[in-house]
Amino acid sequence: MAGLTGTRIRPWRGVVLAGAGLYFLVPLAASVIFTVDVPGQGVTFDAYGQILKAEGFTSSLLLSLELAAATIAVVLLLMVPAMVALRLSAPRLRPLVEVICSLPLVVPPIALVAGVSSVLRWGPEHLASTPFFQTFVAIQNPAFPVVLVLTYVVMALPFVFRALDAGLRAVDVRTLVEAARSCGANWPAALIRVVLPNLRGALLNASFLTLALVLGEFTVAQLLGFQPFAVWIVTVSGSQAQLSVAVSVLSLLVTWLLLLVLAAVGGRRPTSSASRK
Amino acid sequence: MTDTSPAPVADAVTVASSGATVEFRALRRSFGTTTALDGLDLTVRPGELVALLGPSGCGKTTALRMLAGFEHPDSGQVLVDGEDVTKTPAHRRDAGMVFQSYSLFPHLSAADNVAFGLRMRKVGAAERRSRAAELLELVGLPDHGDRYPHQLSGGQQQRVALARALALRPRVLLLDEPLSALDAKVRTTLREEIRRLQRELGITTLFVTHDQEEALSMADRVAVMNAGRMEQCAAPAELYDRPATAFVAEFVGTNSRLPGRLTDGGLVEVLGRRLPAQGDVPAGTEVDVLVRPEAVRVDADPTGDARVVATAFLGAVTRVTVRLADGTSVKADLASSEAAALPPGATVTVSLPDRPVLVTARAV
Repeated sequence: MAGLTGTRIRPWRGVVLAGAGLYFLVPLAASVIFTVDVPGQGVTFDAYGQILKAEGFTSSLLLSLELAAATIAVVLLLMVPAMVALRLSAPRLRPLVEVICSLPLVVPPIALVAGVSSVLRWGPEHLASTPFFQTFVAIQNPAFPVVLVLTYVVMALPFVFRALDAGLRAVDVRTLVEAARSCGANWPAALIRVVLPNLRGALLNASFLTLALVLGEFTVAQLLGFQPFAVWIVTVSGSQAQLSVAVSVLSLLVTWLLLLVLAAVGGRRPTSSASRK
Repeated sequence: MTDTSPAPVADAVTVASSGATVEFRALRRSFGTTTALDGLDLTVRPGELVALLGPSGCGKTTALRMLAGFEHPDSGQVLVDGEDVTKTPAHRRDAGMVFQSYSLFPHLSAADNVAFGLRMRKVGAAERRSRAAELLELVGLPDHGDRYPHQLSGGQQQRVALARALALRPRVLLLDEPLSALDAKVRTTLREEIRRLQRELGITTLFVTHDQEEALSMADRVAVMNAGRMEQCAAPAELYDRPATAFVAEFVGTNSRLPGRLTDGGLVEVLGRRLPAQGDVPAGTEVDVLVRPEAVRVDADPTGDARVVATAFLGAVTRVTVRLADGTSVKADLASSEAAALPPGATVTVSLPDRPVLVTARAV
């Protein structure tokens, strides 16, 4: 029956695949052509050669990577213990937590940034005479805007929740933790030495999705007045269109490369050298 | 993949721990409106293997998990060698545990799984390796140290789990239905090996199972639980031959219920005979008598008022189901050669030996 069904739908597979491929590849190909085809000069890779020398490229990219690293660290430190505790102690609360973590998907970034801006304006006015004033100043330091990290943590929650939830469903966390504890491991040791290694794929997934989110996020950073990588690309596109598209193509390729590495590393099972008898 | 038999205990002294006394005192535990344990009292002697046997939801696993430290009682105490460990965290209980589901750490090799507890105790790498190798040899897997759990069969995984549980020389070994996920042949082999190891190491062991054959064949004593309470705790033979309650009689082994009538002098009239009533005699005169199939005698008799309705060949014996004139069904285990003369439809007479029988309130 399954084979019959498979045979019946097979011709459509190619059509769907081709359609999806065109949908993604045509804009990408157009972008690549735009960056290498200079009218009057023919094909040239100058735009790619200029990337490293472009003003603001390195600093904005570094800032984005730093923000991504900090966001990944904070969101995982927050979510991993919470998700494990949820799984072990309060599984009935999972739907509630899922809804809360999914809220950033339905709240537009523009609304989120409006709220953040209101708080940032309200703080200094009302807390000027308290030590919290300096906190508000510090989290908006353009060299490393902590406020972006906090906002990105919220925006990453839906993706991190789903990645971790899928990972936790794939292993019997309760039994693993209890086995570790019966072997003399306290809670932190059980978490670090037993649970986390078995969530490697989920952690990599969550990290990658967060990295992709932070590298590509524009609205919040732009409206709050910071210049990470995505904002820099848009800024540059006004004066150097080819360069900005070249950077976009390059960042897309790097993202794909990371995805392939993730799939290769995350899906690998440890195997002994001895063959199975 | 086949399960290899373990080598004889190479150096039991290095892995053995002196058995501890375990006591449950008036343990109570409720989950919402469900009472899992309702005043459980049990003492396990040093080096003894006690099986907690009972139907699902009887509280046997809850009791085991309380000893492991994974559950805490609403009231009552858990004592190990007289020390109250009721509030001691699981990782300080000194109790090795083998779980029902495969619980090996998937990211660690068999040897690293066995050495995990030693690593938690900060034992040096060389000693860890040596102890892990020794324990793997003890459970019959000397060449499997570098295999990962997904490269081992279910039986091999449970052997490694047993080695891991023994690695810290625990005072108590806890087995939570460790054989239930295995196929019948491996289960039989492994239960014999667990029993052999337990005896040789002299480790106090609490074993949870719902399989009566497993409990009767492995345990020094079997504690039958029902609805959070212990019905009876006795040696397997005593439990089978002299069940204290109708629940024990019906849960352990097979029984037939025959209508009986209590008469003077503690006798019960059943199948035309008067036999001594055993156990707690219920009020009233109308009772049910519980009889084991091997205690029932069935003879071919053309004038008899009973009829064979079914036979089931079980190997050496055949279980014959007979319907009496009043419609009551009786099961009898007869030698297969003898049962061959009693095909379905044969007219027979049914009798009981002159021994005390267990009576219980008449089933409605």
